[in-house]
Amino acid sequence: MEYVPNILFAIALVLGIGFFTRNVKKLSRNIKLGKDVDVSDNKSQRWKNMAKIALGQTKMVVRPVAGILHILVYVGFIIINIEVFEIILDGLFGTHRLFASLGGLYDFLIGSFEILALLVIVAVVVFWIRRNIIRIQRFIKPEMKGWPKQDGNMILYIEFVLMTLFLTMNAADFQLQQLGAEHYAQAGAFPVSQFIVPLLEGLSESSLILVERTAWWLHILGILAFLNYLYYSKHLHILLAFPNTYYGKIKPQGQFNNLAAVTKEVKLMMDPGADPFAAPAENEAEGEPEKFGASDVMDLNWVQLLNAYTCTECGRCTSECPANQTGKKLSPRKIMMDTRDRLEEVGKNMDANKGEFVPDGKQLLDDYISREELWACTTCNACVQACPVSIDPLSIIVEMRRYLVMEQSAAPTELNNMMSNIENNGAPWPYNQMDRLNWVNE
Amino acid sequence: MSEQLIVKTMEEFMAEGKQPEILFWVGSAGSYDDRAKKISRAFVKLLNKANVDFAVLGPEESSTGDVAKRAGNEFLFQMQAMMNIELLNGYEIKRIVTCDPHSFNTLKNEYPELGGNYEVLHHTQYLKELLDNGRLTIEGKEYKGKRITFHDPCYLGRANSVFEAPREVLSKTNAELVEMKRHKKTALCCGAGGAQMFKEPEKGDMDINVLRTKDALETQPNIIATGCPYCNTMMTDGIKAHEKEESVSVMDLAELLANSI
Repeated sequence: MEYVPNILFAIALVLGIGFFTRNVKKLSRNIKLGKDVDVSDNKSQRWKNMAKIALGQTKMVVRPVAGILHILVYVGFIIINIEVFEIILDGLFGTHRLFASLGGLYDFLIGSFEILALLVIVAVVVFWIRRNIIRIQRFIKPEMKGWPKQDGNMILYIEFVLMTLFLTMNAADFQLQQLGAEHYAQAGAFPVSQFIVPLLEGLSESSLILVERTAWWLHILGILAFLNYLYYSKHLHILLAFPNTYYGKIKPQGQFNNLAAVTKEVKLMMDPGADPFAAPAENEAEGEPEKFGASDVMDLNWVQLLNAYTCTECGRCTSECPANQTGKKLSPRKIMMDTRDRLEEVGKNMDANKGEFVPDGKQLLDDYISREELWACTTCNACVQACPVSIDPLSIIVEMRRYLVMEQSAAPTELNNMMSNIENNGAPWPYNQMDRLNWVNE
Repeated sequence: MSEQLIVKTMEEFMAEGKQPEILFWVGSAGSYDDRAKKISRAFVKLLNKANVDFAVLGPEESSTGDVAKRAGNEFLFQMQAMMNIELLNGYEIKRIVTCDPHSFNTLKNEYPELGGNYEVLHHTQYLKELLDNGRLTIEGKEYKGKRITFHDPCYLGRANSVFEAPREVLSKTNAELVEMKRHKKTALCCGAGGAQMFKEPEKGDMDINVLRTKDALETQPNIIATGCPYCNTMMTDGIKAHEKEESVSVMDLAELLANSI
């Protein structure tokens, strides 16, 4: 009977991590549905970007209030994970405060964790107030109605509860240590939880142990639950921000990618010696001609799909978007949310059909993202600049415009006129190319 | 009829067996748009003043295809790009200067992959070079003490991180530079980018250029300076929407400098 808690703990741990691993596999499979893209260049710059933007949070502090509060939660979570490591070992081996032998260092660590836990609680409360009381603009946009709003609050609640459990566990432990209870050796410093101790005053040793054990179990089970909630929430950024900033755009923001398939065709068209009826070269793969642009998630590249999973719906992109600021339907955040929702739908379709995607009569274009949104973009890159984790909503918008124009000939009429002007006389306006130098003498 | 400008085409240079120092890429707006033509003229006035041996392509120049690419028409873009590259490479062009940040961006960043490798400068960068090496000197009386705000064009600023050259050029006019709240990396778009210039905006509650002009007017400027023909149009329209066309004007940096000689 002595080993029952250890076994239960091991089972919980295996289930928690196992289920998470299963979802990570699904996540990776979904991301790989995207087209391949070469991101093997500029390795050192990429590492630097990751260190600066994800690890160093440099773009978060552009907005100081949210940025500094976010750093508290971020540092809190990373550092408190050292404690989680001890908790896991204690759980598996049936020990209590395994690292207590570190002595003064241990006291320092536990003390710091407590202060961080308190700061996380403060930050989380302010975040909740910003979302629900102050109702900051970017949190109440149309795409945030319903689940996204609940999701955002849910994460704050979980973080609040986890930190409270951690402090409660410590308070009970501290009290037990002072009572000299068996197994509760003097260890740790409790600068924050000492203030909870008075609430536990008068409890018997066994009640205190019950409080301590309950808080301990709920805390670690809560962490495992949170780990598994990630995949279903907008909160994957705590993991994906790192690869996402690594694979983020390195080139100048104004440089849009070149479509190699188009280059091939244009070269053929411009080469007077090319025979348009020639049989394809021996090693040239025949098959369906490549689709230009994107109408669904599989037409995007995998970095764009990774972008979609990384988005935590903070809305900084949308609040910087000139189209959105002037009341247009376009919201770069919605572009990312739609991409992810559609990708999830495709993933579930595959799960239900033995790993094969069965066409469902839906696509990203029109069923999720409307043409009105796509055509409202000024390609100004404000959204790309604003994103604290290097997401590029603009690249998706452009890819979908390419589909509309090159596959569907469905550009707005005025743009079609502009483009035929370029075709006919080399300028977006209907002027004669021979008049290009008239300005000199006017 | 204003003063005579000296402008030679690349064809003429070839006939003489000479190479120009730079090629001035005029761009479609600079060639045809009435307002932008004045910017081309002002820039050439400065080039003439500094005795720069420059060429234009004239009737051989054709749209860079930039706007087609932003609209999603990669075919048309690449057709235009390859025709232009054939021409530019045929003339062995090394250095290109343009007053249009959109041409600047696409020539600089998007042409190399299609075989066009040139050193490309925005006119403010080139003017800064002329000022720095003393080829161009400015008296700087015309705008002394005037309040001027500079609107960063997206494709010059955010897209290519050129922030200082336009500001240094502006400082030579001895005007007082007043920055808008959102400037440099966080500058708001004028509303013309991404092919918006050529279509009506989608339904909304305001036009982007009106919002951006509001930013500019908050600095209480005498002049709004731009470095892009499209921004110029948008801001000029914005000024009209705010009924400020009597008191505030919109001018390109080349014009400000040309008037300060």
